[in-house]
Amino acid sequence: MTGWKNIGPVANIPLRGARRLCLTHLGKPVAVFRTGEDEIFALVDECPHRQGPLSEGIVSGRTVACPLHNWVIGLDDGDAVAPDEGSAQPLPVRVVDGDIHIHLPDAKAAA
Amino acid sequence: MTINVDPREHLVVIGNGMAGMRTVEELLKRGGAGRFRITVFGAEPHGNYNRILLSSVLAGDKTMDDIVINSPAWYAQNGITLVAADAVTGIDRGARTVTAASGLRVHYDRLLIATGSKPVAPPIPGLGLPGVCAFRDIADVETMLAAARERKRAVVIGGGLLGLEAAWGLKQRGMTVALVHLMPTLMERQLDAAAGQMLQRDLTTRGIAFFTNGQTEEIMGTERAEGVQLADGRFVPADLVVLAIGIRPNIDLARAAQLDVNRGIVVTDDMRTSDPAIFAVGECTEHRGTVFGLVAPIWDQARVCAARLAGDEEALFASRDIGTSLKITGVDVFSAGALGAAGEEDDEIVLRDDRKGVYKKIVLRDGRLVGTVLYGEVRDGPWYLQLMQAGDDVSALRDRLVFGKALAGAGISTEPDFAAMPDDAQVCGCNGVCKGTIVAAIQSRKLTSLGEVRAHTKASASCGQCTPQVEGLLAFAAGAAVKKKAKTVCDCTAASHDEVRRAILAESLKTMEAVRARFAWQKPEGCAKCRPALNYYLLCAWPGEYADDAQSRFVNERVHANIQKDGTYSVVPRMWGGLTNPKELRAIADVADSFAIPAVKVTGGQRIDLLGVKKEDLPAVWKRLNDAGMVSGHAYAKGLRTVKTCVGSEWCRFGTQDSTGLGVKLEKLAWGSWTPHKVKFAVSGCPRNCAEATIKDMGVVCIEAGYDIMVGGNGGVDVRVTDRLVQVRTEEEVLEYAAAFMQLYREEAHYLERTAPWIVRVGIGYVKQRLVEDAAGRKALQARFLHSQGFAQADPWNARVRGAEAQAFAPLPEMA
Repeated sequence: MTGWKNIGPVANIPLRGARRLCLTHLGKPVAVFRTGEDEIFALVDECPHRQGPLSEGIVSGRTVACPLHNWVIGLDDGDAVAPDEGSAQPLPVRVVDGDIHIHLPDAKAAA
Repeated sequence: MTINVDPREHLVVIGNGMAGMRTVEELLKRGGAGRFRITVFGAEPHGNYNRILLSSVLAGDKTMDDIVINSPAWYAQNGITLVAADAVTGIDRGARTVTAASGLRVHYDRLLIATGSKPVAPPIPGLGLPGVCAFRDIADVETMLAAARERKRAVVIGGGLLGLEAAWGLKQRGMTVALVHLMPTLMERQLDAAAGQMLQRDLTTRGIAFFTNGQTEEIMGTERAEGVQLADGRFVPADLVVLAIGIRPNIDLARAAQLDVNRGIVVTDDMRTSDPAIFAVGECTEHRGTVFGLVAPIWDQARVCAARLAGDEEALFASRDIGTSLKITGVDVFSAGALGAAGEEDDEIVLRDDRKGVYKKIVLRDGRLVGTVLYGEVRDGPWYLQLMQAGDDVSALRDRLVFGKALAGAGISTEPDFAAMPDDAQVCGCNGVCKGTIVAAIQSRKLTSLGEVRAHTKASASCGQCTPQVEGLLAFAAGAAVKKKAKTVCDCTAASHDEVRRAILAESLKTMEAVRARFAWQKPEGCAKCRPALNYYLLCAWPGEYADDAQSRFVNERVHANIQKDGTYSVVPRMWGGLTNPKELRAIADVADSFAIPAVKVTGGQRIDLLGVKKEDLPAVWKRLNDAGMVSGHAYAKGLRTVKTCVGSEWCRFGTQDSTGLGVKLEKLAWGSWTPHKVKFAVSGCPRNCAEATIKDMGVVCIEAGYDIMVGGNGGVDVRVTDRLVQVRTEEEVLEYAAAFMQLYREEAHYLERTAPWIVRVGIGYVKQRLVEDAAGRKALQARFLHSQGFAQADPWNARVRGAEAQAFAPLPEMA
C-alpha cells in the first residue's frame, strides 16, 4: 500500500536540525528537517552536487548547507540556491497530533 | 501510436553539440518551453559537453566532468527528450519527419540542424588502421589517453590550432610527439610567418619535433599504425597517429533532404535554411559565403536562431571579426582579422624582440585597425579586437598603437572602453557570455569579486583568457564597491569580523540573536557561514556562560568525527605527544576488528586514524576507546589537533631537551580549546627539526640554551615557514607563551583564519609586542586561556558515551 508513514514526534528532530530515516524513498536515503520556526520538510538525503548527506548540514531559515561542499539547498523545493544548480527531491510531509507523517511510494507499487 | 495531446509545437534538434544546445538554452531563456516541446537527437552517448575544452582534458588541465555543459538530468528537468547515441539518418521534408538509425521516426513542426562538422580525412592509405584517430570527440580523447598510457610515440598530422593542442596534450601525457604539417609555418591561417616560426621554436624547445612542408603519403603498419611516410622520403615512427588537418561542415543530411548546400548548409541572416521550417546553426552552416570553426560567432547564431524560434522577427545574424588564441599553457598567441597587408594601401607595424620571444603586428587600412597578430605578449589582444570591431579611426594613435593599451591608450581615456562596448559584445568566447549579461549580473546581484562573476555568469571560468576584461567590466559596473570590499562575516551582514568581535565584548552581546539584531542581519537565523563564526566568537568571549550551539557547528564538530566523502566517518583517538602503548594499540586493533573498520592509517600528525566508521557505530567505537583510556583526538575540530614530537634527549644522540615530554605537556595544556581554525603544534629536540616544527602554527625547537618558540607556520597549499617569536630558557616559559599565543589567536583572528594568514595580516611585530614586550599582558592572556580551558577540557566522546544526545546517531525509525 502506498501512503503516509508515521515517523514519530517532531521533538525527535533537533530544532534547526535534521535526522535521516530508516525508511528509504525507492532505495534512496531520506532526511527530515526541522527549522527554527518548527516547520518540517523532507528531502531525498542526497545533495545534487556530489550526493552529500544533507541531513548533516547546517539548517538556517528554510535552507540547509551540504556538509561536503557547502551547496545551499532550499528545504521547501529542494532546489540549490544560485549560482549552483540542481535539486534534491522534496517529499511530502505533514504533522498530525505532534507526529510527523511522510508520504513515500511503496517500492512494489512503484515498480 | 500514441496520441499527441501536447498542444505545443514540436521542435526537433539534430545534434546534441554546443551550437544546438546553446540554441535550446537561449530558447528556454526566452520562455520557449511554453511554445515548444523539444526533442534532441545526439549521435554520441553523452549529455552535452564543451568540445573546445577537449584539449584541456587531453592535457590533464580539466577532467571530463569539468567540461560537461548539461548532464542528462538537465534535459529531464527542462522537459527535453534526449535521444542519445542514435544518429539521425534521414529528413523527410514533405512529411516533416526525421528518422534515426534505430528506426525511431518523429514528426516535427520546426527542425533545427546542428550537425557540426567532421574531421577532414584525405584519401591517405592506412587511415583505417587501429591507432589512428581524429581529435573531435570524447571517443577520440579516450583513444588518445589510452595510447598515452600504453604506448610511447605519437604523430599528429596538422599544425593548426587543433593539431598543436593535440600535440601539446599528448606531450603532457608523457608521449614522444612529432607533428607533421603540410605548410612551411604553423597556424598559417591565424599567424603570419614570423609568429608561426616563433611558435615553432618555442614548442621545439618544449620537446615537440616538427616536420613542416611534410606531405603525408601513407600511414604505415600491418596490425596497427607504425609510422607516417612522407612524400619526400622522410619516415616518422608512431604508435598513435592523430589526424587534425581541419574540419568540414557536416552537410550530408541536409544535402540528402535537398536543402541548399554549398560548403555548408546555406542559411540566411535569420538562420533559416532554404526550407523556412528548418533552421541550422553552428559549424554545419554557411552564412554569406563564410563557414565557421570558432565558437564566438556560433553563440551569436544560437541567440538569433532562438529569438527567431521564439517569435522575434527582428533578430539578424551578422558575422564579425573575432580573435583566436591557443590553449597551450605558457604559449601566448592571439590573432584577429588580417594577418598582413593585403595591398599597397595597407600598412603593417611590427614590434619584434626575438630574445624575449615577443612579436606584435598590427595592420592598418584607411586609418582603421583591421588585423593584429600577437605572440608572447597577448594582453592587448582584446583591446585591439575591440578597436577593430568599433571601426574607429585610430590614426591619432598610430605612433604608439603597437605598444599596446598602456602606452597608446595613455592619451585617450580608458574609461569609455566598457561604456562604449555594445551590450551584445561577447566577452567570454568559451562560454558565450556578453557584456550585457555580465553587467546585469554584477548589478542585480551586487557582485564584487571575479569569483562571484564567474560563479554567476561563467564568464572567464573556462580558459581564463578573458579574465582581464571581466575584471575591467567588474570595475566598470560595480565601481567603488569592488575596491572597498571590506571582508564581511558573510552575505547576511555588512559588519566585519572585527566589528562583530568588538561589539560582543563592548556591548555584552551574549547570544547569536543579540549579535544579529545589533548588526541588523539580513537573515534572522543567519547562514551556514556566519552561524559557526558567531558561535565561536561567543564561546571565546564568554567561557562558561555561553552555551555552545551544536546546530551551528559543522557536522564534524557536532559528531566529533570527520565526515568522509562517502558519508562515513574517521575516528582519531588522542595520543599525547605521539606516545602510545601496547594497551592502546590492542584496543585500537580490537575496535578495528569488531566494527570491520576498513582502513587504519598513521596521520601526518603522528596519530592513528580509523577510517570508514559508520555513523551509528560511533558511540560504541568511542566507548571501547574510552575504556582503554583514550579520549577524542579532536582531529575534526577547529582547535588543537596534535603536538608532533621527535624522541628528544631521552633517546636521540642529538637531542638537547626532552622534546617528547614537552610535547605531552603542551598537548595537556591546550587540548579541548576551540580556536578560529585548526591548530597544530610540534616540538623538535634539536635544530635538525625532525618534528617539522617550523611549519606548524606553533613550533618549539630545542637548543642547548633552551627553546626557540616559532609561530605562524603552515603546510598545505601555501607553505609558510614560522616566524621566530622568542627564545626562552625553561619549559615553564614555553607553556606560558603557548597559552598566551593561543589566547591571542583565539581572541583576535577571524573565524576560519589559520595562524599563518592571521600573522601575515597583523604582522609578527604586533604579536611580539603583545606577547614578548608586554609581560603583564602575556600573563593576562595566559590567565584567560587557562580559565577558558577549565570549561573546555571535557572529553566529548565520553559525554556521548554516557548518553548525551545518543539518539542523534541512529536513523529515525517508522513508528509501529
